Amino acid sequence: MINIRDKGAEIWENSGKTGRVAIATISIALVASLPFMGGTILNTPIASYESVLVYPIAMFVLMAIGLNIVIGKSGLLDLGYVAFFAIGAYTMGLLGTKTGLNTWEILPIGIAMSMFAGLVLGVPALKLRGDYLAIITLGFGEIVRIVALNLGALGRSEGIIGIPTPPPIFGVEFSFDSHRIYYWTLLIMILFAIWMVRRLSARRAGRAWESIRQDEDVAELLGVPTFRYKIWAFVLGASVGGAAGVIYASKTLFIAPDNFTLQISILILACVVFGGMGNIWGVILGAVVLGYLPDRIRFLSEARLLVFGLVLVIMMNLRPDGLLPRKKREKAIELKETK
Amino acid sequence: MINFANSEIFMVGTFATVIVVRDLFKFTQSSEYATGFRLWFILGTALIITMIISGLLSMVVELVAYRRLRRRNSGVLAPLISAIGVSMVLAESVRIMTDSRPVASPRAMEKSFLGKFFDADIRLDNTIIVIAALLLFFTLWNFINRTRLGKAIRAVSMNPSAAKLMGIDIDKIVSATFLIGGVMTGAAGFFYVLKYENTASSIGFELGIAAFTAAILGGIGNIKGAFFGGLALGLLETYASFFLGTQWKAVTVFIVLVMVLYTRPNGLFGESITQTRV
Repeated sequence: MINIRDKGAEIWENSGKTGRVAIATISIALVASLPFMGGTILNTPIASYESVLVYPIAMFVLMAIGLNIVIGKSGLLDLGYVAFFAIGAYTMGLLGTKTGLNTWEILPIGIAMSMFAGLVLGVPALKLRGDYLAIITLGFGEIVRIVALNLGALGRSEGIIGIPTPPPIFGVEFSFDSHRIYYWTLLIMILFAIWMVRRLSARRAGRAWESIRQDEDVAELLGVPTFRYKIWAFVLGASVGGAAGVIYASKTLFIAPDNFTLQISILILACVVFGGMGNIWGVILGAVVLGYLPDRIRFLSEARLLVFGLVLVIMMNLRPDGLLPRKKREKAIELKETK
Repeated sequence: MINFANSEIFMVGTFATVIVVRDLFKFTQSSEYATGFRLWFILGTALIITMIISGLLSMVVELVAYRRLRRRNSGVLAPLISAIGVSMVLAESVRIMTDSRPVASPRAMEKSFLGKFFDADIRLDNTIIVIAALLLFFTLWNFINRTRLGKAIRAVSMNPSAAKLMGIDIDKIVSATFLIGGVMTGAAGFFYVLKYENTASSIGFELGIAAFTAAILGGIGNIKGAFFGGLALGLLETYASFFLGTQWKAVTVFIVLVMVLYTRPNGLFGESITQTRV
């Protein structure tokens, strides 16, 4: 089997500056033109193709990139990632309906709120490891949903309705049914997130996370302030989830606790692992596949999730490191460690 | 390691019990209660069949979702996802077979009133469940701590490589562990049906989370911990529902869990932190 990842990396490494710019521009243009390909084989039966591109696909990609910072980069198992998505969405819902602020003004507030939540959860939770951390984060995700379900101010099970759409920016109108505008907005956010993660990975934070993932005790002994970097991973991951939540709320105009169940956390986790933990392109591919697949096979109706489960099992057995795993060198170190 | 499929094994177990009582012994909603020897025979048969089915299913889950990945040494997360896949397959197939509707179990036994303990009513079904839970706990405890197989299981859980060097067949031991886990889960499914008399394809999830929370609260890898963790969780949920209302039950449990783990990062009866790394 050809190694797509290494092949891709090779082409990228061997091309000069102009070549790289060309590759990047062409790929971005290709991805950006996806909404126009509704008539082709890509089309999703039953569900509207363009809206599937926005949610789940683009939304999943953004969240998976955020969760990848936590799980893929620093190896912390977070099963409650949906909490940050929900906090972003509810910030948008509350401030959007109660105050005069618009989406672009709420976006930083939503991000700040979810980062703060990441900090509040992280300080007690990140002292724990493994399964203990997993259940605490899982519990946190459920708590956020339950609080939303029971607090009158958050609309209980009816949720919040009438959330305003974003105001025009640079002369671009955001109307409720112009899915492609939202898709492009998310695409810009995804590109920004990719840029952020790539920059961070190459720097001190990335190296610290890598060392924590490989062996936390050794990292601590070598003087890496592990706790601080784990908190950073959590908070940065949360910020991406919060940003996705804000856009989600102002896209759907209506949010309810049912949109933020544990299943979403698990699905995003599945995107990360399925695609290839730690490798941002793999994670993106995983999110695209897992976001797209359930809607593509919607004609199976009843058996849809059954087939989805089967695909998860078969793919994980065939490619345990995901579709596009991280580099071999890192994998080798990891293997030696677990043995 | 979190076995997400365990909750669905529980769910399948409840269906196994319902099918045995309803189709094998031909109980309907209007049939008379069984008494005496016949009652115990029916309950015993249903329990044993449920335990066997759940145990075997658990072994199959291990074979499908875990074995290949364990041999390839692929960390914690890949098996987690494949187990989620298996649990989706199980839950969805049962959902399709039952048309998403809950299934009621006919009542085979009279839930007679046995007496009062202070203000509490003691009923036969609840008494059976408590006694059986204690019996199962002591059996499992003895099994893990006293038998050769139990010793092997503990060895594998402490250090798989060292266990392998000592001549333990890891595949066999893990398979046996899943069998035991499945059997216990099946028993839980049987008692669930005995008490609530209905089941649905969606019950697994929530109870699975509760079971996992209990195990964490007590400390993973520790039967005593799981026992007291479960007990503590049940009491906590009941008191929280009473004083704060049912809707805040989960929030209370979570806060208590955070506090317990903050002071004791490995649960109430947990082992040392170095053994619990991801």
